[in-house]
Amino acid sequence: MEKRVVFKSAWLPYALVAPQIIITVVFFFWPAIVAMYYAFLVQDPFGLSSHFVWFQNFIELFHSSNYLDSFKVTALFSVLVAAVSMSLALLLAVMADHVLRGAVVYKTLLIWPYAVAPAIAGVLWAFIFSPSIGIVTYYLLKLGVNWNWVINGNQAMLLVVMAASYKQVSYNFLFFLAGLQSIPKSMIEAAAIDGAGPIRRFWTIIFPLISPTTFFLLVVNIVYAFFDTFGVIDATTQGGPAAATEILVYKVYYDGVKAADLGSSSAQSVILMLIVIALTVVQFRFIERKVQY
Amino acid sequence: MIRKAFVALVAIGALSAMSAQAQTEIQWWHSMAGLNGDKVNDLANKFNASQNRYKVIPVYKGSYPESMTAAIAAYRAGNAPAILQVFEVGTATMMAAKGAVVPVYKLMKDADEPFDPKAYLPPVAGYYSDPHGNMLSFPFNSSTVVFYTNDDAFRKAGISEAPKTWKQFIADADKLKSSGQGCVYTTGWPAWTHIENFSAWHNVPIGTKENGMAGLDTRFVFNTPLHVRQIQMLVDLAKKGEFTYAGRQSQGEAKFASGECAMLTSSTGAQANIRRQAKFKWSVHFLPYWDDVKGAPQNSIIGGASLWVMGGKTPNVYKGVAEFFNFLSRPENQMDWHVSTGYLPITMAAYEMTKKSGFYEQHPEAEVAIKQLMNKPPTANSKGLRFGNYVQGREVIEEEMEAAFAGKKSAKQALDDAVRRGNEILRKFEAANR
Repeated sequence: MEKRVVFKSAWLPYALVAPQIIITVVFFFWPAIVAMYYAFLVQDPFGLSSHFVWFQNFIELFHSSNYLDSFKVTALFSVLVAAVSMSLALLLAVMADHVLRGAVVYKTLLIWPYAVAPAIAGVLWAFIFSPSIGIVTYYLLKLGVNWNWVINGNQAMLLVVMAASYKQVSYNFLFFLAGLQSIPKSMIEAAAIDGAGPIRRFWTIIFPLISPTTFFLLVVNIVYAFFDTFGVIDATTQGGPAAATEILVYKVYYDGVKAADLGSSSAQSVILMLIVIALTVVQFRFIERKVQY
Repeated sequence: MIRKAFVALVAIGALSAMSAQAQTEIQWWHSMAGLNGDKVNDLANKFNASQNRYKVIPVYKGSYPESMTAAIAAYRAGNAPAILQVFEVGTATMMAAKGAVVPVYKLMKDADEPFDPKAYLPPVAGYYSDPHGNMLSFPFNSSTVVFYTNDDAFRKAGISEAPKTWKQFIADADKLKSSGQGCVYTTGWPAWTHIENFSAWHNVPIGTKENGMAGLDTRFVFNTPLHVRQIQMLVDLAKKGEFTYAGRQSQGEAKFASGECAMLTSSTGAQANIRRQAKFKWSVHFLPYWDDVKGAPQNSIIGGASLWVMGGKTPNVYKGVAEFFNFLSRPENQMDWHVSTGYLPITMAAYEMTKKSGFYEQHPEAEVAIKQLMNKPPTANSKGLRFGNYVQGREVIEEEMEAAFAGKKSAKQALDDAVRRGNEILRKFEAANR
């Protein structure tokens, strides 16, 4: 039976949704529209003079090897973050699913890092792995590893991937654990009776059954790596060395805020907006449809 | 109870607002943290106590780029501070913002305050003046790059004196390495040191049009064989394990102060920290130079920051700012600032006063920077630089230097790319400020 609640008042529903609408318009739509407008302007930092230049900002971006490199860096970064955080989370979730004693304690501890703000996580990792004062650097040097991400781009990438994944593992862990617990025990027991070992059971039964969760997490993690890792990058490498960790979102911030080039920065954020729209469409078409509420 | 306390608070707030109205408030946004920040508050308090018409309120607004960004946003929103401290690389951006800023020479004239640009050290005044010699911003904290050596490490390696030339520097670096020194050389501010000051020190241009001071249509030219030689030297040292890259800001200073690295090129501003931390004998010297370059060494250029006066305030505020600037220029205040922070004294009178006080006899290292800055009268190549969006430009140079140090590009390729990318930024700035 369908339940339907109807407001009798003509204005009350609008008044009730107004706060949310106002917040969305002021903090999301308005800036987005201004960014779209700015993307077609070249202006000085103080806004004293501005010229309408059509698509010049976009054309310059796609002619800039620097910007195209940033795309590659972002792709590599998000694939690494998604792969590392998801595989680790799945491993932990499978283990936690087997734990009989003190399961709550394990689960709580594994979820903790999610409460850490990205910037704080970044600062912590930067401290531990700092080339001049880091404790890990000290031991790595004893092992003969010259750890200096200030100049070594691959090490810098490794650092930001670790710092960004660290947090996301907890989030993925939660979803994987829920996915694992929704698999009927009888199915796994049946497979066990048929003689399938734990590894075989995992790959032929469990993994396919949690694949909707995996696909959902893949999209969520890529979106996270694309847009929510700004704090991690800013607190650690700030895009360096030699732009080895300059992901698209960081470049938007850097060009707009630090370099005061609002036109190019706005054009970049419009491009990012298109990417996020595309990802959302993918999510709705291929994932949400399969989920039954 | 709580209600009463609240009423009392409101009353106090109203009272203090009333008493403040009698005075003209002057907001001063700055980026001086820690010890230097205390000194800034000190100066403001002294000025406020010396008269009762104006009240300077210093506000710490984060790092240099952060406070500049904040001020730009505040200007757009119509509530910029009266005084803004801007680092040297932001100079061209501020200068081009006609209407958003009031040039200091005009401010002083309008306020009828005595003002003589010749009272300031020439390399300092030159950096912040237009081609006609009009001072645009008020020099505040100025520094330059100097060369630090760990004398204990030198003695251990059997080196009797600090290298004067880069040739000698390379030989000494080898000696230090074979004496067991783990980290031989590091640097702070790589672009400021090895491109900007390097060019001035060898009297070669960084960009056309007097390093951008004579026009927005300037181009970078720091990819000459001499510049390539310098970067190649660093690449070679890095390959031999004799140059440790520490980052784009002052990170290298900690490596020297801890004794890890035996040689350092970085800001004079590092001295206060090194003095406090170093557990070894150290000294300060002129930057090394290539002795086959004619005219080298010339003079080094300054870094640090200056105070810009923002537009759109009342004449009364400007009068107060002018009086405050004259207060800051007083020799005793300058000497105090110089001695306690390690920044340079910006007027000749303050320099003379510090000399007479005998401070340099106890701390000869504090005078090296001034001597290096005033080594010769500045030329068009060594009086400073003024490139649009140079905040971005300098980072481009540093990015390309990092690519060379990491072995991803040759020194020549890195400098060519830095010049090409830097010129794109300059053209864009020129277009935006037509």
